[in-house]
Parts: sequence; C-alpha cells; structure tokens
Amino acid sequence: MTIEITVNGEQQSIQAGLTADALLDHLSLKKKLIAIELNAEVLRRDLWPTTEIIAGDRLEVVHFVGGG
Amino acid sequence: MSDSFVLAGHEFSSRLIIGTGKYRSYDEMKSAHAASGAEMVTVAVNRVPLDGTSESFLDHLNPKMKILPNTAGCYYADHAIRTARLAREALETEWIKLEVIGDQTTLLPDNEQTLEAARVLVKEGFTVLPYFTDDLIMARKLLDAGCPAVMPLAAPIGSGMGVQNPSNLRIMREQLPDATIIVDAGVGVPSDAAIAMELGADALLMNTSIAEAGDAPAMATAMKLAVEAGRLAYLSGRMPKRLYASASSPIQGAIR
Repeated sequence: MTIEITVNGEQQSIQAGLTADALLDHLSLKKKLIAIELNAEVLRRDLWPTTEIIAGDRLEVVHFVGGG
Repeated sequence: MSDSFVLAGHEFSSRLIIGTGKYRSYDEMKSAHAASGAEMVTVAVNRVPLDGTSESFLDHLNPKMKILPNTAGCYYADHAIRTARLAREALETEWIKLEVIGDQTTLLPDNEQTLEAARVLVKEGFTVLPYFTDDLIMARKLLDAGCPAVMPLAAPIGSGMGVQNPSNLRIMREQLPDATIIVDAGVGVPSDAAIAMELGADALLMNTSIAEAGDAPAMATAMKLAVEAGRLAYLSGRMPKRLYASASSPIQGAIR
C-alpha cells in the first residue's frame, strides 16, 4: 500500500509502514549533520528508527549550506 | 594587551565573525577563513535536495571554527523558531544567529517578529544573537529578553555600503555601555570595518565583503587588520574634532 506524504514541500508516494530512518534510506539521503522536522516539530535522531511515517505527514529534512 | 572578546561565556581572540556564503570555491573560502583569523562562522539551514545533488558543506570548514547557524530565509517568528530548533538538533549547539526578514528586496529585519522569536528561543535555552536594525529601543528589548548580544546592521545585507548611521551606533554604545554589540551586515571595505569598531562595536560579522572581493583571502587579511586597528583606536581614545586648526608645529620661532 502506498501513502502520500510531503517532504521538503514536495509530494512523495511511499510505501506504508516506513520509519523515518527507512524513509531517509528510500530517498538516498545521507544521515550525518541533518535534522528532521515531522509535522512542524523536531524529530529527535534517536526516534528516527521507531517513528512510523503515516499518510499526510509533512517532513522537512535540512542540512547546512553557506550563508552569512 | 589582552583584549579578548567574551560572548556568552565563550572567549574569542578575534573580533571578526565571518560567513560562508557566496564564495566562488571551497578553496577560496577556506583560504579566506584562515586569513581572517575568525574563530566563528555562520552557516545557513536549508532543505536537503531530494535529487541527490547535495554535498557535505560542513566538511569544507576548518573544524576549529565554531559554527553559528542562522535562520536566514525566515520571514516569520514561527519559521525562525522551527529553523533554530532544527539547527540545534543537527549541530548540537545552542547558539543561533536569529534573522527574521521583513522584505525580500532590502532584506531588512522584521524587528517585531525578531523580538517574538528571540523571546521564545531564549526561554528554550538558546544563545540568541539577533540581527536587527540599529535601533536603541529594539536593542534594549532584545537584551531584556535575554539575548547575550545584539547585532545591529551597518547597512542592508550584501550592500557593501558601510555604516549608514554612525550616530545610531554611537548612541547605542553610549546608552548600553555593558552590552555586547556586534555590527552585522553591510560592511563593504576595511575602512567600514574600522569605523564600526571605532564607534565601539565589540565585534563584526561580515560575509559578502570578503566573498565578493576580487581576492577574498587578501580582503580577509585586510578586514582582520581593520578590525584590530579600529578596536585599538577605540580603546586608545580619539583626538577631539575641531572646527578650526590646532597647530602641530611651533607657531613662534620660524625664520623670517
């Protein structure tokens, strides 16, 4: 079964039942020096492997870039 | 002369804080950072591209430099607060440069939203360094909210116009003698930096003036020297300005 979620403002169709950690793998994103927000709240790193992503979830996955 | 810069319990020997944006190459950025003598750099928080193109930006920074994440790109207190929390989670630092912008063309700060965000973030234990317009009343409010320093602009971000209102900075320095004032944004050339330090700024934050210089590492060196010169001048106490002349050589005794 697939579900619709939003990641960084983009609609994504993913399989149901993925954890946040598994979602990063699915999106081929590296896990160092990034942070995740799930529905406008920080999702702590230690909770990535146990937090299931459900339909309608909105995620922000951020890293660091040059800036002033 | 020991004149170290203490900010929120952290001692720096450099009063120059620099950015990491707009450099032409990582190599140029690294050389400029080294030349500047800066001990703290700002970085921005950004969405990871989902197309697999992103690089590990932080790997290109000198690991000895303290990283100060910013909330650039945020137009509302809520976004800045969320961005700060994400930065803290990823970098394990409480420090945040709070930037809440009110307008895309001028990138002038929205002081109202900045104050709102500062209050929330201070309560959550952040070390909040707020960027704002050079306004004494706002400075007081930010300090009262618990910010360990205030960061008034010299001129709009990336404008290179130098200190546009020296009187405001002088007033702020005089009226807030114990506050830590870091002039942030708008510096263009080293003389701008020296002026800001002569007016009593405790430190300077700059990015574009170095990154967009023809030779960034050379400009970084120049800025380092200017910050030192301006600081030394401020501590030395300048001569008074006079409307009329005051002779330097003897008036009597010249041959006729």
